[in-house]
Amino acid sequence: MMERLMRIEIGRFAVVAILILALVIAALFLPRLLSSNNVLQVLRQASIPGVIAIGVTFVVISGRLDLSVGSMLSLCSVVLITVHESVSPVAGILAALAVGLAAGGVNGILVGYLGLNSLITTLGMLSLLQGIALVYTGGQNALIAAPSEAWFSVFGRGFLSGIPVPVIVLFVLGTVMSLLLTRTVFGRRVFAVGANPVAARHSAVPVRSVIFTAYLISGLMTACAAILLSSRVMAARLDSGSGYELTVLAGIILGGTSLLGGSGGIWRAIFGIVVLAFIQNALLLMGLPYYIQWLVTWTVIIGAVSADVIGKRGKVFAS
Amino acid sequence: MTGRAQSTTSGVSGVSTRKVFSVLRGNPTWLLALLLFVVFSFASPHFLTAYNLGNIVAQSALIGFLAVGLTPILVSGNIDLSVGSVLGLTACLVIGLQGQLGLPIAILVVLGAGAGLGLVNGLIVEKIGINSFIVTLAGMIGVRGLAFLYAGDTSLASPDFTLHDIGAYSVGPFSVISLFFLGSVAVFQWVMKRTLHGRNTYAIGGNRTAAVDAGVPVQRHVIINFILCGLMAAVAGIAIASDLGAATPSYGKDYELWAVIAVVLGGTSLRGGKGDLLGTLAAVIALSILRNGLNLVGVSPFFVPVIMGSALILVLLFDRLSSNRSHTAE
Repeated sequence: MMERLMRIEIGRFAVVAILILALVIAALFLPRLLSSNNVLQVLRQASIPGVIAIGVTFVVISGRLDLSVGSMLSLCSVVLITVHESVSPVAGILAALAVGLAAGGVNGILVGYLGLNSLITTLGMLSLLQGIALVYTGGQNALIAAPSEAWFSVFGRGFLSGIPVPVIVLFVLGTVMSLLLTRTVFGRRVFAVGANPVAARHSAVPVRSVIFTAYLISGLMTACAAILLSSRVMAARLDSGSGYELTVLAGIILGGTSLLGGSGGIWRAIFGIVVLAFIQNALLLMGLPYYIQWLVTWTVIIGAVSADVIGKRGKVFAS
Repeated sequence: MTGRAQSTTSGVSGVSTRKVFSVLRGNPTWLLALLLFVVFSFASPHFLTAYNLGNIVAQSALIGFLAVGLTPILVSGNIDLSVGSVLGLTACLVIGLQGQLGLPIAILVVLGAGAGLGLVNGLIVEKIGINSFIVTLAGMIGVRGLAFLYAGDTSLASPDFTLHDIGAYSVGPFSVISLFFLGSVAVFQWVMKRTLHGRNTYAIGGNRTAAVDAGVPVQRHVIINFILCGLMAAVAGIAIASDLGAATPSYGKDYELWAVIAVVLGGTSLRGGKGDLLGTLAAVIALSILRNGLNLVGVSPFFVPVIMGSALILVLLFDRLSSNRSHTAE
């Protein structure tokens, strides 16, 4: 038993150790990598997928997927920027939060209450929400006319005693949501639904509403990420969120949260996102073209999950 | 109801009518395609012309190749999200290599590359034992990286127009690429319905454990399906390169989404064990009619992703309500 437990941990630990070792070696050759300026820069970039990952982790632990967050991020951003310009910054933020909650709610009804396959449903929502963003803006990107005068830029561009505001937001949201996941009845129910839905139902866990709420949280976190993103750019491209769903899932998988549900954690996901961000940053600092990071992401994900699976099985190949 | 009306009016060809009806009843997607066809025939005078009908098949071919390759994968209970990236890579490869190797060898190398990437996906899924969703999601990112690595950040054009000329050749209203697409549907349907490999693929998707217990070489069949899927993605890559006479590494972005939509719309169950190529063909044609028709009646192309996404979710809902009434949310 003990031996088996150790084997499981060795597989996961090995990957993390190799990645950190690789980063340390990279730092020896690239002194800039670990300069405080660069570290804060990387953390600030990681904060947007990090905040989304907080929400998606709830969905993944409940045994479901959310691939719609990329388009949801785009839609929330264009709504935020256009309402910021036409009404007021506060109205823009509220509108983005409402859009995120509504989109998450639709996902939650379809997957939680109607029991549809979450992969295909949220793929459909990925397309649907991108289309709504296109129709809503008429194909135009949105931007804030006078970015230097708007206080809204504080979320993405501000610093609080030397630390970028998005990093602080990531830390605060991570702490609060981690408490929600690990210290409350709702949090334990999310794990129960993901680990064994039948047992959960027999134990009077309201499976449907737990899944629904997980998707609501995912939508809410994506809207928060949209606030950070559009405040950083002070504009919104129609497809600004495109691909974020992949970055977020890659980070969650790298952090060791099982896509089968029932296990995982918020800080693990954030850790995975931050490690990926550092790897990408190191590759760029080495002067490699940006698409090399996609090849590395491929290798890292397959390597990490392989080590995990092989560690659990204790044998290299499945029979 | 329509079937009864049909069989009374055409008593002579009663058997074939019944056969057509059974296909329709087995798969409502054909009814959807028919309905869209009728609606747009009335809505636009430009719709029901030989030229436009040929166009619809031609436009469906690219997504169609991917959907044909994906159907056996979904039947066996897996998924391949990397096909759009494989399309992008192979399109660049065929344009880039034809100058160096000559067209026939370039095509063989590119088909080999597609099949090889499928083999890699299949080996990781089966031999290491990782969920195909994770493997091919990562593959989708990585293979896109390979495409950019090969082509750089630019588009490739070929001074040699042979490939383009072959693709532009047409038989009646159908282009060569359309005919290849219809041919691939026929071949894959035959493989799925008439060969041991096809029957075992259904068995694996229906109940993998039972298939293993029955001595079916599950791993080999799944890996073969991934190879075939990669091969079809390469065919799609060659087709798009032929169609446009050029290639950029970003070709095929989001195509995996449309292909999955088509396969699921065609009645292939995500839980595996169910579905066939005729359903996939119906869905590919229906989606193509929808795109083409909306365009002809002047609907903004911005609505296309809205309609596609809604269609996918409605299909899932329909599937849920009709086949699984007794099941509640898990």
